Amino acid sequence: MSAETMTQAVPAAAATTASRRGFGVSGGGITLSLYLIFLMLPIYWLVIMSLKTNAEITSGMTLWPQQITFDNYRTIFTDASWYNGYISSLSYVAINTVLSIGLALPAAYAFSRYRFLGDKHLFFWLLSNRMAPPAIFALPFFNLYSAIGLFDTPWAVALAHCLFNVPLAVWILEGFMSGVPREIDETAYLDGYSFPRFFARIFMPIIANGIGVTAFFCFMFSWVELLLARTLTTVNAKPIAATMTRTVSAAGMDWGLLAAAGVLTLVPGVLVIWFVRNHIAKGFALGRV
Amino acid sequence: MDRPYDNRAWLLVLPVLAIVAFSAVIPLMTVVNYSVQDTFGNNQFFWNGTGWFRELLDPSSDLGSRVIASFWRNLAFSAIILAIEVPLGIAVALAMPRAGWKVAVTLVLMAMPLLVPWNVVGTIWQVFARGDIGLLGYAVNRLGIDYNYVSDPVAAWVTIVAMDVWHWTSLVALLCYAGLKSIPDAYYQAARIDGASRWAVFRFIQLPKMRRVLIIAVLLRFMDSFMIYTEPFVVTGGGPGNSTTFLSIELVKLALGQFDLGKAAAMSIVYNLIILAVCWVFYTAMTNLDAERSKEGAAS
Repeated sequence: MSAETMTQAVPAAAATTASRRGFGVSGGGITLSLYLIFLMLPIYWLVIMSLKTNAEITSGMTLWPQQITFDNYRTIFTDASWYNGYISSLSYVAINTVLSIGLALPAAYAFSRYRFLGDKHLFFWLLSNRMAPPAIFALPFFNLYSAIGLFDTPWAVALAHCLFNVPLAVWILEGFMSGVPREIDETAYLDGYSFPRFFARIFMPIIANGIGVTAFFCFMFSWVELLLARTLTTVNAKPIAATMTRTVSAAGMDWGLLAAAGVLTLVPGVLVIWFVRNHIAKGFALGRV
Repeated sequence: MDRPYDNRAWLLVLPVLAIVAFSAVIPLMTVVNYSVQDTFGNNQFFWNGTGWFRELLDPSSDLGSRVIASFWRNLAFSAIILAIEVPLGIAVALAMPRAGWKVAVTLVLMAMPLLVPWNVVGTIWQVFARGDIGLLGYAVNRLGIDYNYVSDPVAAWVTIVAMDVWHWTSLVALLCYAGLKSIPDAYYQAARIDGASRWAVFRFIQLPKMRRVLIIAVLLRFMDSFMIYTEPFVVTGGGPGNSTTFLSIELVKLALGQFDLGKAAAMSIVYNLIILAVCWVFYTAMTNLDAERSKEGAAS
Protein backbone atom coordinates (compact mmCIF):
# COMPACT_ATOMS: atom_id res chain seq x y z
CA MET A 1 0.00 0.00 0.00
CA SER A 2 1.50 3.31 -1.05
CA ALA A 3 1.60 6.50 0.98
CA GLU A 4 -0.93 8.02 -1.42
CA THR A 5 -3.66 5.57 -0.54
CA MET A 6 -2.80 5.90 3.15
CA THR A 7 -3.46 9.62 2.90
CA GLN A 8 -7.07 9.06 2.10
CA ALA A 9 -7.54 7.08 5.25
CA VAL A 10 -6.48 10.04 7.40
CA PRO A 11 -9.29 12.57 7.94
CA ALA A 12 -8.59 15.78 6.06
CA ALA A 13 -9.18 17.90 9.17
CA ALA A 14 -6.41 16.15 11.07
CA ALA A 15 -4.03 16.72 8.19
CA THR A 16 -4.64 20.48 8.10
CA THR A 17 -4.18 20.94 11.85
CA ALA A 18 -0.93 19.04 11.58
CA SER A 19 0.37 21.32 8.87
CA ARG A 20 -0.68 24.45 10.78
CA ARG A 21 1.24 23.23 13.80
CA GLY A 22 4.50 23.50 11.93
CA PHE A 23 6.74 20.48 11.71
CA GLY A 24 5.23 18.80 14.72
CA VAL A 25 7.36 19.87 17.66
CA SER A 26 5.61 20.50 20.94
CA GLY A 27 6.68 23.78 22.49
CA GLY A 28 7.72 24.99 19.05
CA GLY A 29 5.81 28.20 19.44
CA ILE A 30 7.74 29.06 22.60
CA THR A 31 11.11 28.31 21.02
CA LEU A 32 10.25 30.46 18.05
CA SER A 33 8.89 33.34 20.13
CA LEU A 34 11.98 33.37 22.35
CA TYR A 35 14.23 33.32 19.30
CA LEU A 36 12.38 36.18 17.63
CA ILE A 37 12.50 38.24 20.82
CA PHE A 38 16.26 37.61 20.97
CA LEU A 39 16.56 38.85 17.37
CA MET A 40 14.44 41.93 17.89
CA LEU A 41 15.81 43.20 21.23
CA PRO A 42 19.06 44.71 19.90
CA ILE A 43 17.21 46.27 16.97
CA TYR A 44 14.57 47.65 19.34
CA TRP A 45 17.32 49.18 21.41
CA LEU A 46 18.91 50.81 18.37
CA VAL A 47 15.60 52.32 17.22
CA ILE A 48 14.76 53.56 20.70
CA MET A 49 18.18 55.13 21.07
CA SER A 50 17.87 56.96 17.78
CA LEU A 51 14.76 58.69 19.12
CA LYS A 52 16.36 59.85 22.35
CA THR A 53 18.43 62.92 23.05
CA ASN A 54 22.06 62.35 24.01
CA ALA A 55 21.37 63.76 27.46
CA GLU A 56 18.75 61.10 28.04
CA ILE A 57 20.91 58.28 26.69
CA THR A 58 23.82 59.02 28.99
CA SER A 59 21.84 60.02 32.07
CA GLY A 60 20.18 56.69 32.80
CA MET A 61 18.26 53.65 31.69
CA THR A 62 14.86 54.28 30.08
CA LEU A 63 13.05 51.61 28.12
CA TRP A 64 11.07 54.20 26.19
CA PRO A 65 12.19 57.74 25.25
CA GLN A 66 10.86 60.33 27.70
CA GLN A 67 10.73 62.85 24.95
CA ILE A 68 10.75 61.59 21.39
CA THR A 69 13.08 63.60 19.17
CA PHE A 70 13.71 63.38 15.44
CA ASP A 71 16.71 65.70 15.55
CA ASN A 72 19.14 62.87 14.85
CA TYR A 73 17.36 61.98 11.63
CA ARG A 74 17.06 65.64 10.67
CA THR A 75 20.84 66.01 10.98
CA ILE A 76 21.43 63.11 8.61
CA PHE A 77 18.99 64.27 5.96
CA THR A 78 20.24 67.85 5.92
CA ASP A 79 24.01 67.28 6.13
CA ALA A 80 25.49 66.43 2.72
CA SER A 81 28.41 64.49 4.17
CA TRP A 82 25.84 62.16 5.78
CA TYR A 83 23.35 61.58 2.99
CA ASN A 84 26.10 61.35 0.36
CA GLY A 85 27.18 58.21 2.18
CA TYR A 86 23.82 56.64 1.37
CA ILE A 87 24.00 57.73 -2.24
CA SER A 88 27.46 56.27 -2.80
CA SER A 89 26.56 53.03 -0.98
CA LEU A 90 23.45 52.56 -3.07
CA SER A 91 25.25 53.43 -6.31
CA TYR A 92 28.03 50.87 -5.94
CA VAL A 93 25.54 48.25 -4.79
CA ALA A 94 23.37 48.91 -7.87
CA ILE A 95 26.33 48.81 -10.29
CA ASN A 96 27.58 45.63 -8.72
CA THR A 97 24.20 43.88 -8.86
CA VAL A 98 23.65 44.67 -12.55
CA LEU A 99 27.22 43.73 -13.44
CA SER A 100 27.17 40.45 -11.50
CA ILE A 101 23.89 39.23 -12.96
CA GLY A 102 24.71 40.32 -16.49
CA LEU A 103 27.99 38.42 -16.46
CA ALA A 104 26.71 35.43 -14.54
CA LEU A 105 23.66 34.64 -16.70
CA PRO A 106 25.48 33.15 -19.72
CA ALA A 107 28.02 31.38 -17.52
CA ALA A 108 25.32 29.81 -15.36
CA TYR A 109 23.56 28.65 -18.53
CA ALA A 110 26.77 27.02 -19.74
CA PHE A 111 27.27 25.20 -16.43
CA SER A 112 23.68 24.00 -16.23
CA ARG A 113 23.35 22.84 -19.85
CA TYR A 114 26.74 21.62 -21.07
CA ARG A 115 29.74 19.64 -20.04
CA PHE A 116 33.02 21.08 -21.22
CA LEU A 117 36.73 20.78 -20.69
CA GLY A 118 37.54 21.59 -17.06
CA ASP A 119 34.01 22.56 -16.06
CA LYS A 120 34.15 21.01 -12.58
CA HIS A 121 37.50 22.62 -11.77
CA LEU A 122 36.35 25.97 -13.06
CA PHE A 123 33.24 25.78 -10.92
CA PHE A 124 35.29 24.97 -7.85
CA TRP A 125 37.68 27.80 -8.56
CA LEU A 126 34.76 30.23 -8.81
CA LEU A 127 33.33 28.89 -5.56
CA SER A 128 36.67 29.30 -3.83
CA ASN A 129 36.64 33.01 -4.68
CA ARG A 130 33.36 33.40 -2.83
CA MET A 131 35.10 31.88 0.19
CA ALA A 132 38.36 33.83 0.04
CA PRO A 133 38.78 36.26 2.95
CA PRO A 134 38.39 39.87 1.77
CA ALA A 135 41.24 40.80 4.12
CA ILE A 136 43.65 39.12 1.70
CA PHE A 137 42.52 41.40 -1.10
CA ALA A 138 42.44 44.69 0.78
CA LEU A 139 46.05 45.65 0.09
CA PRO A 140 46.40 44.43 -3.53
CA PHE A 141 43.05 46.01 -4.43
CA PHE A 142 44.24 49.27 -2.97
CA ASN A 143 47.30 49.15 -5.25
CA LEU A 144 45.39 47.90 -8.29
CA TYR A 145 42.61 50.46 -8.24
CA SER A 146 44.99 53.30 -7.45
CA ALA A 147 47.06 52.26 -10.45
CA ILE A 148 44.16 52.28 -12.89
CA GLY A 149 42.71 55.51 -11.51
CA LEU A 150 39.44 54.14 -10.19
CA PHE A 151 40.31 54.68 -6.55
CA ASP A 152 37.60 56.48 -4.54
CA THR A 153 34.87 55.92 -7.13
CA PRO A 154 31.79 53.68 -6.81
CA TRP A 155 33.16 51.65 -9.73
CA ALA A 156 36.16 50.50 -7.72
CA VAL A 157 33.96 49.10 -4.97
CA ALA A 158 31.46 47.63 -7.45
CA LEU A 159 34.25 45.82 -9.33
CA ALA A 160 35.91 44.67 -6.12
CA HIS A 161 32.64 43.19 -4.86
CA CYS A 162 32.36 41.20 -8.09
CA LEU A 163 35.06 39.02 -6.55
CA PHE A 164 32.48 37.27 -4.37
CA ASN A 165 29.18 38.28 -5.98
CA VAL A 166 29.84 36.97 -9.49
CA PRO A 167 30.65 33.43 -8.28
CA LEU A 168 27.66 33.55 -5.95
CA ALA A 169 25.38 34.69 -8.80
CA VAL A 170 26.66 31.90 -11.06
CA TRP A 171 26.07 29.43 -8.27
CA ILE A 172 22.49 30.49 -7.49
CA LEU A 173 21.45 30.96 -11.13
CA GLU A 174 22.87 27.58 -12.09
CA GLY A 175 20.68 25.99 -9.41
CA PHE A 176 17.55 27.69 -10.72
CA MET A 177 18.40 26.97 -14.38
CA SER A 178 18.95 23.28 -13.72
CA GLY A 179 15.34 23.17 -12.51
CA VAL A 180 14.12 24.12 -16.00
CA PRO A 181 13.67 21.06 -18.25
CA ARG A 182 16.02 20.97 -21.22
CA GLU A 183 13.16 20.11 -23.59
CA ILE A 184 12.21 23.79 -23.57
CA ASP A 185 15.58 24.78 -25.08
CA GLU A 186 15.42 22.04 -27.67
CA THR A 187 11.88 22.92 -28.75
CA ALA A 188 12.82 26.58 -29.10
CA TYR A 189 15.85 25.76 -31.27
CA LEU A 190 13.68 23.51 -33.44
CA ASP A 191 11.26 26.40 -33.84
CA GLY A 192 14.11 28.41 -35.30
CA TYR A 193 15.02 30.62 -32.36
CA SER A 194 18.61 31.79 -32.29
CA PHE A 195 20.43 31.46 -28.96
CA PRO A 196 20.32 35.16 -27.96
CA ARG A 197 16.65 35.49 -28.89
CA PHE A 198 15.72 32.29 -27.10
CA PHE A 199 17.64 33.39 -24.03
CA ALA A 200 16.07 36.85 -23.82
CA ARG A 201 12.52 36.03 -24.93
CA ILE A 202 11.88 32.59 -23.48
CA PHE A 203 14.50 31.54 -20.97
CA MET A 204 14.88 34.69 -18.88
CA PRO A 205 11.13 35.05 -18.23
CA ILE A 206 11.05 31.43 -17.05
CA ILE A 207 13.79 31.96 -14.49
CA ALA A 208 12.63 35.49 -13.54
CA ASN A 209 12.22 34.34 -9.91
CA GLY A 210 15.76 33.05 -9.85
CA ILE A 211 17.08 36.32 -11.25
CA GLY A 212 15.16 38.22 -8.59
CA VAL A 213 16.58 36.06 -5.82
CA THR A 214 20.09 36.42 -7.23
CA ALA A 215 19.70 40.19 -7.38
CA PHE A 216 18.65 40.11 -3.75
CA PHE A 217 21.77 38.20 -2.73
CA CYS A 218 24.11 40.39 -4.75
CA PHE A 219 22.47 43.42 -3.19
CA MET A 220 22.77 41.90 0.25
CA PHE A 221 26.42 40.91 0.16
CA SER A 222 27.49 44.14 -1.47
CA TRP A 223 25.43 46.18 1.00
CA VAL A 224 26.80 44.53 4.12
CA GLU A 225 30.49 44.34 3.13
CA LEU A 226 32.62 47.10 4.52
CA LEU A 227 36.29 46.10 4.66
CA LEU A 228 36.87 46.45 0.89
CA ALA A 229 34.43 49.33 0.50
CA ARG A 230 36.25 51.31 3.15
CA THR A 231 39.72 50.46 1.88
CA LEU A 232 38.90 51.59 -1.66
CA THR A 233 37.32 54.94 -0.81
CA THR A 234 38.42 58.05 1.03
CA VAL A 235 36.10 61.00 0.50
CA ASN A 236 33.92 61.00 -2.58
CA ALA A 237 32.62 57.46 -2.62
CA LYS A 238 32.68 56.76 1.09
CA PRO A 239 29.93 54.30 2.05
CA ILE A 240 27.42 55.24 4.71
CA ALA A 241 28.59 52.51 7.03
CA ALA A 242 32.06 54.06 7.10
CA THR A 243 30.66 57.55 7.57
CA MET A 244 29.25 56.34 10.87
CA THR A 245 32.69 56.46 12.48
CA ARG A 246 32.39 60.27 12.31
CA THR A 247 30.11 60.33 15.32
CA VAL A 248 33.15 60.22 17.60
CA SER A 249 34.04 63.84 18.20
CA ALA A 250 35.85 65.93 20.76
CA ALA A 251 32.62 66.31 22.70
CA GLY A 252 32.44 62.52 23.09
CA MET A 253 30.29 60.01 21.30
CA ASP A 254 27.11 61.20 19.60
CA TRP A 255 25.13 58.04 20.40
CA GLY A 256 21.78 59.26 19.14
CA LEU A 257 23.17 60.19 15.74
CA LEU A 258 25.05 56.90 15.50
CA ALA A 259 21.87 54.97 16.26
CA ALA A 260 19.84 56.98 13.73
CA ALA A 261 22.42 56.30 11.00
CA GLY A 262 22.32 52.62 11.95
CA VAL A 263 18.53 52.49 11.73
CA LEU A 264 18.63 54.06 8.27
CA THR A 265 21.03 51.34 7.04
CA LEU A 266 18.38 48.75 8.01
CA VAL A 267 15.68 50.27 5.82
CA PRO A 268 16.83 49.12 2.34
CA GLY A 269 17.35 45.61 3.71
CA VAL A 270 13.86 45.36 5.16
CA LEU A 271 12.36 46.65 1.91
CA VAL A 272 14.06 44.07 -0.27
CA ILE A 273 13.39 41.20 2.14
CA TRP A 274 9.68 41.87 1.78
CA PHE A 275 9.83 41.30 -1.98
CA VAL A 276 11.75 38.05 -1.86
CA ARG A 277 10.34 36.61 1.39
CA ASN A 278 8.96 33.49 -0.30
CA HIS A 279 12.22 32.71 -2.07
CA ILE A 280 14.80 33.61 0.56
CA ALA A 281 15.23 30.06 1.80
CA LYS A 282 15.64 28.62 -1.68
CA GLY A 283 18.14 31.32 -2.53
CA PHE A 284 20.24 30.62 0.55
CA ALA A 285 20.29 26.98 -0.48
CA LEU A 286 21.77 28.38 -3.72
CA GLY A 287 18.73 27.23 -5.67
CA ARG A 288 19.31 23.63 -4.62
CA VAL A 289 16.58 22.28 -2.39
CA MET B 1 24.31 13.59 -16.22
CA ASP B 2 23.10 13.55 -19.82
CA ARG B 3 24.29 17.08 -20.51
CA PRO B 4 25.87 17.24 -23.96
CA TYR B 5 29.64 17.76 -24.19
CA ASP B 6 30.32 21.00 -26.01
CA ASN B 7 33.45 23.09 -25.62
CA ARG B 8 31.76 26.10 -27.18
CA ALA B 9 30.19 26.57 -23.74
CA TRP B 10 33.51 28.15 -22.80
CA LEU B 11 32.46 31.22 -24.79
CA LEU B 12 29.56 31.74 -22.39
CA VAL B 13 31.88 31.47 -19.40
CA LEU B 14 34.46 33.90 -20.75
CA PRO B 15 32.97 37.15 -19.33
CA VAL B 16 32.88 35.70 -15.83
CA LEU B 17 36.37 34.36 -16.27
CA ALA B 18 37.61 37.79 -17.35
CA ILE B 19 36.13 39.68 -14.40
CA VAL B 20 37.14 37.13 -11.79
CA ALA B 21 40.63 36.92 -13.24
CA PHE B 22 40.85 40.70 -13.06
CA SER B 23 39.70 40.86 -9.45
CA ALA B 24 41.23 37.65 -8.11
CA VAL B 25 44.22 36.53 -10.17
CA ILE B 26 45.95 39.89 -10.62
CA PRO B 27 45.76 40.77 -6.90
CA LEU B 28 46.91 37.27 -5.94
CA MET B 29 49.91 37.61 -8.25
CA THR B 30 50.78 40.87 -6.50
CA VAL B 31 50.55 39.05 -3.20
CA VAL B 32 52.81 36.23 -4.38
CA ASN B 33 55.27 38.81 -5.66
CA TYR B 34 55.38 40.63 -2.32
CA SER B 35 55.65 37.44 -0.33
CA VAL B 36 59.10 36.58 -1.66
CA GLN B 37 60.61 40.05 -1.47
CA ASP B 38 61.71 42.53 1.12
CA THR B 39 61.97 46.28 0.88
CA PHE B 40 63.80 49.17 2.49
CA GLY B 41 61.16 51.56 1.23
CA ASN B 42 61.39 53.80 -1.85
CA ASN B 43 59.98 50.96 -3.91
CA GLN B 44 63.30 49.13 -3.85
CA PHE B 45 62.65 45.44 -3.51
CA PHE B 46 65.07 42.56 -3.20
CA TRP B 47 64.66 38.82 -3.23
CA ASN B 48 63.88 37.24 0.13
CA GLY B 49 62.99 33.72 -0.94
CA THR B 50 60.96 31.80 1.59
CA GLY B 51 62.12 33.95 4.50
CA TRP B 52 58.70 35.37 5.32
CA PHE B 53 57.08 31.96 5.17
CA ARG B 54 59.67 30.44 7.50
CA GLU B 55 59.17 33.27 9.97
CA LEU B 56 55.40 32.94 9.67
CA LEU B 57 55.31 29.23 10.44
CA ASP B 58 57.95 29.36 13.16
CA PRO B 59 56.17 29.48 16.54
CA SER B 60 59.24 30.92 18.28
CA SER B 61 59.33 34.12 16.22
CA ASP B 62 57.21 37.10 17.17
CA LEU B 63 55.20 37.03 13.94
CA GLY B 64 54.78 33.27 13.97
CA SER B 65 53.56 33.10 17.54
CA ARG B 66 51.00 35.83 16.94
CA VAL B 67 49.67 34.31 13.74
CA ILE B 68 49.50 30.79 15.13
CA ALA B 69 47.74 32.03 18.26
CA SER B 70 45.16 33.88 16.16
CA PHE B 71 44.71 30.78 14.01
CA TRP B 72 43.76 28.65 17.03
CA ARG B 73 41.63 31.44 18.39
CA ASN B 74 39.78 31.67 15.09
CA LEU B 75 39.33 27.90 14.91
CA ALA B 76 37.91 27.84 18.45
CA PHE B 77 35.55 30.65 17.53
CA SER B 78 34.32 28.81 14.42
CA ALA B 79 33.83 25.61 16.43
CA ILE B 80 31.85 27.39 19.16
CA ILE B 81 29.52 29.25 16.83
CA LEU B 82 28.91 26.11 14.73
CA ALA B 83 28.12 24.11 17.87
CA ILE B 84 25.52 26.72 18.86
CA GLU B 85 24.13 27.86 15.52
CA VAL B 86 23.53 24.49 13.87
CA PRO B 87 21.40 22.85 16.63
CA LEU B 88 19.64 26.14 17.36
CA GLY B 89 18.97 26.70 13.66
CA ILE B 90 17.48 23.21 13.32
CA ALA B 91 15.31 23.76 16.41
CA VAL B 92 14.06 27.09 15.10
CA ALA B 93 13.37 25.64 11.65
CA LEU B 94 11.34 22.81 13.21
CA ALA B 95 9.33 25.36 15.18
CA MET B 96 8.55 27.60 12.19
CA PRO B 97 4.94 27.68 10.97
CA ARG B 98 4.30 26.03 7.64
CA ALA B 99 1.32 27.99 6.35
CA GLY B 100 -0.66 31.16 6.88
CA TRP B 101 0.27 34.80 7.38
CA LYS B 102 2.66 33.88 10.19
CA VAL B 103 5.13 32.45 7.68
CA ALA B 104 5.71 35.78 5.94
CA VAL B 105 6.10 37.66 9.23
CA THR B 106 8.48 35.06 10.66
CA LEU B 107 10.60 34.98 7.50
CA VAL B 108 10.93 38.75 7.32
CA LEU B 109 11.80 39.10 11.01
CA MET B 110 14.31 36.28 10.81
CA ALA B 111 16.03 37.61 7.71
CA MET B 112 16.49 41.08 9.19
CA PRO B 113 19.84 40.54 10.94
CA LEU B 114 21.25 39.13 7.69
CA LEU B 115 20.70 42.43 5.88
CA VAL B 116 22.40 44.64 8.43
CA PRO B 117 25.78 45.99 7.26
CA TRP B 118 28.47 44.16 9.20
CA ASN B 119 29.88 47.15 10.96
CA VAL B 120 26.37 48.18 11.99
CA VAL B 121 25.99 44.70 13.50
CA GLY B 122 29.10 45.54 15.45
CA THR B 123 27.74 48.94 16.43
CA ILE B 124 24.40 47.48 17.51
CA TRP B 125 26.09 45.01 19.84
CA GLN B 126 28.71 47.44 21.02
CA VAL B 127 25.90 49.67 22.23
CA PHE B 128 23.56 46.88 23.34
CA ALA B 129 26.19 45.22 25.55
CA ARG B 130 27.58 48.34 27.21
CA GLY B 131 27.13 48.45 30.93
CA ASP B 132 26.13 52.11 31.07
CA ILE B 133 23.82 52.69 28.10
CA GLY B 134 23.12 49.20 26.76
CA LEU B 135 20.08 47.15 27.65
CA LEU B 136 21.96 43.84 27.83
CA GLY B 137 25.01 45.06 29.69
CA TYR B 138 22.86 47.00 32.13
CA ALA B 139 20.54 44.05 32.79
CA VAL B 140 23.40 41.59 33.32
CA ASN B 141 25.18 43.94 35.67
CA ARG B 142 21.97 44.48 37.63
CA LEU B 143 21.70 40.71 38.07
CA GLY B 144 24.91 40.97 40.01
CA ILE B 145 27.20 39.49 37.37
CA ASP B 146 30.27 41.56 36.68
CA TYR B 147 30.22 42.01 32.92
CA ASN B 148 32.42 44.36 30.95
CA TYR B 149 33.52 43.33 27.46
CA VAL B 150 36.12 46.07 27.22
CA SER B 151 38.31 44.78 30.02
CA ASP B 152 37.36 41.13 30.53
CA PRO B 153 38.39 38.61 27.81
CA VAL B 154 35.65 36.12 28.78
CA ALA B 155 32.97 38.79 28.54
CA ALA B 156 34.41 39.90 25.20
CA TRP B 157 34.18 36.34 23.84
CA VAL B 158 30.64 35.90 25.17
CA THR B 159 29.60 39.16 23.50
CA ILE B 160 31.14 38.24 20.16
CA VAL B 161 29.69 34.72 20.16
CA ALA B 162 26.23 36.10 21.10
CA MET B 163 26.57 38.62 18.31
CA ASP B 164 27.42 35.98 15.75
CA VAL B 165 24.56 33.77 16.92
CA TRP B 166 22.24 36.75 16.60
CA HIS B 167 23.60 37.59 13.18
CA TRP B 168 23.75 34.21 11.47
CA THR B 169 21.54 31.58 13.15
CA SER B 170 18.69 32.68 10.88
CA LEU B 171 20.74 31.60 7.87
CA VAL B 172 21.00 28.05 9.20
CA ALA B 173 17.32 28.09 10.17
CA LEU B 174 16.19 29.35 6.76
CA LEU B 175 18.24 26.70 4.98
CA CYS B 176 16.83 23.92 7.19
CA TYR B 177 13.34 25.33 6.67
CA ALA B 178 13.81 25.08 2.91
CA GLY B 179 14.91 21.46 3.35
CA LEU B 180 11.94 20.64 5.59
CA LYS B 181 9.47 22.24 3.17
CA SER B 182 10.61 19.86 0.44
CA ILE B 183 9.35 16.82 2.40
CA PRO B 184 5.98 15.66 1.01
CA ASP B 185 3.11 15.42 3.52
CA ALA B 186 2.67 11.78 2.63
CA TYR B 187 5.92 10.93 4.46
CA TYR B 188 4.57 12.29 7.73
CA GLN B 189 1.25 10.54 7.31
CA ALA B 190 2.95 7.25 6.59
CA ALA B 191 5.07 7.74 9.70
CA ARG B 192 1.99 8.48 11.80
CA ILE B 193 0.29 5.32 10.62
CA ASP B 194 3.42 3.33 11.43
CA GLY B 195 3.25 4.85 14.91
CA ALA B 196 6.69 6.42 14.57
CA SER B 197 7.86 8.47 17.53
CA ARG B 198 8.69 12.16 17.22
CA TRP B 199 12.39 11.30 17.42
CA ALA B 200 12.08 8.63 14.72
CA VAL B 201 10.39 11.15 12.39
CA PHE B 202 13.24 13.57 12.96
CA ARG B 203 15.99 10.97 12.68
CA PHE B 204 14.73 9.04 9.64
CA ILE B 205 12.67 11.57 7.67
CA GLN B 206 13.64 15.13 8.49
CA LEU B 207 17.37 14.82 9.13
CA PRO B 208 18.17 12.93 5.89
CA LYS B 209 16.20 15.52 3.90
CA MET B 210 18.13 18.30 5.59
CA ARG B 211 21.55 16.75 5.09
CA ARG B 212 22.22 18.59 1.87
CA VAL B 213 21.21 22.04 3.08
CA LEU B 214 23.08 21.40 6.32
CA ILE B 215 26.29 20.85 4.38
CA ILE B 216 25.77 24.20 2.66
CA ALA B 217 24.96 25.83 5.99
CA VAL B 218 28.07 24.46 7.69
CA LEU B 219 30.20 25.40 4.69
CA LEU B 220 28.96 28.99 4.61
CA ARG B 221 29.12 29.44 8.36
CA PHE B 222 32.56 27.94 8.71
CA MET B 223 34.01 30.01 5.89
CA ASP B 224 32.40 33.26 6.97
CA SER B 225 33.36 32.81 10.61
CA PHE B 226 36.89 31.90 9.59
CA MET B 227 37.29 35.22 7.80
CA ILE B 228 35.28 37.34 10.23
CA TYR B 229 36.67 40.83 10.51
CA THR B 230 34.31 43.77 10.73
CA GLU B 231 32.00 42.74 13.55
CA PRO B 232 34.56 41.87 16.26
CA PHE B 233 36.77 44.71 15.08
CA VAL B 234 34.00 47.22 15.75
CA VAL B 235 33.02 45.71 19.10
CA THR B 236 36.38 44.94 20.68
CA GLY B 237 39.03 46.04 18.19
CA GLY B 238 40.68 42.66 18.79
CA GLY B 239 41.09 43.22 22.50
CA PRO B 240 41.26 43.21 25.42
CA GLY B 241 44.92 42.50 24.75
CA ASN B 242 44.86 40.12 21.81
CA SER B 243 42.07 37.95 23.13
CA THR B 244 39.70 38.49 20.18
CA THR B 245 42.25 39.08 17.42
CA PHE B 246 41.16 36.68 14.69
CA LEU B 247 43.11 35.87 11.53
CA SER B 248 41.64 38.63 9.37
CA ILE B 249 42.13 41.25 12.07
CA GLU B 250 45.77 40.20 12.42
CA LEU B 251 46.21 40.34 8.65
CA VAL B 252 44.69 43.78 8.22
CA LYS B 253 46.84 45.02 11.09
CA LEU B 254 49.94 43.77 9.27
CA ALA B 255 48.96 44.90 5.78
CA LEU B 256 47.21 48.23 6.21
CA GLY B 257 48.25 49.15 9.75
CA GLN B 258 51.98 48.50 9.65
CA PHE B 259 52.29 48.23 5.85
CA ASP B 260 54.45 45.14 6.37
CA LEU B 261 54.02 43.95 2.78
CA GLY B 262 56.15 40.82 2.86
CA LYS B 263 54.75 39.42 6.08
CA ALA B 264 51.17 40.29 5.17
CA ALA B 265 51.54 38.71 1.73
CA ALA B 266 53.02 35.50 3.10
CA MET B 267 50.22 35.31 5.64
CA SER B 268 47.61 35.94 2.92
CA ILE B 269 48.90 33.00 0.93
CA VAL B 270 48.91 30.58 3.83
CA TYR B 271 45.47 31.82 4.89
CA ASN B 272 44.11 31.35 1.38
CA LEU B 273 45.57 27.84 1.12
CA ILE B 274 43.83 26.81 4.34
CA ILE B 275 40.52 28.16 3.03
CA LEU B 276 41.02 26.39 -0.31
CA ALA B 277 41.70 23.06 1.39
CA VAL B 278 38.59 23.26 3.58
CA CYS B 279 36.52 24.45 0.64
CA TRP B 280 37.68 21.46 -1.40
CA VAL B 281 36.56 19.01 1.29
CA PHE B 282 33.07 20.51 1.41
CA TYR B 283 32.82 20.75 -2.37
CA THR B 284 33.69 17.07 -2.73
CA ALA B 285 31.14 16.14 -0.07
CA MET B 286 28.51 18.18 -1.89
CA THR B 287 29.16 16.78 -5.36
CA ASN B 288 29.22 13.24 -3.96
CA LEU B 289 25.81 13.85 -2.42
CA ASP B 290 24.54 15.17 -5.75
CA ALA B 291 25.79 12.10 -7.57
CA GLU B 292 24.19 9.86 -4.95
CA ARG B 293 20.90 11.65 -5.29
CA SER B 294 20.80 11.52 -9.08
CA LYS B 295 21.53 7.79 -8.84
CA GLU B 296 18.58 7.39 -6.46
CA GLY B 297 16.48 9.46 -8.84
CA ALA B 298 17.42 7.22 -11.75
CA ALA B 299 16.63 4.07 -9.76
CA SER B 300 13.13 5.04 -8.70
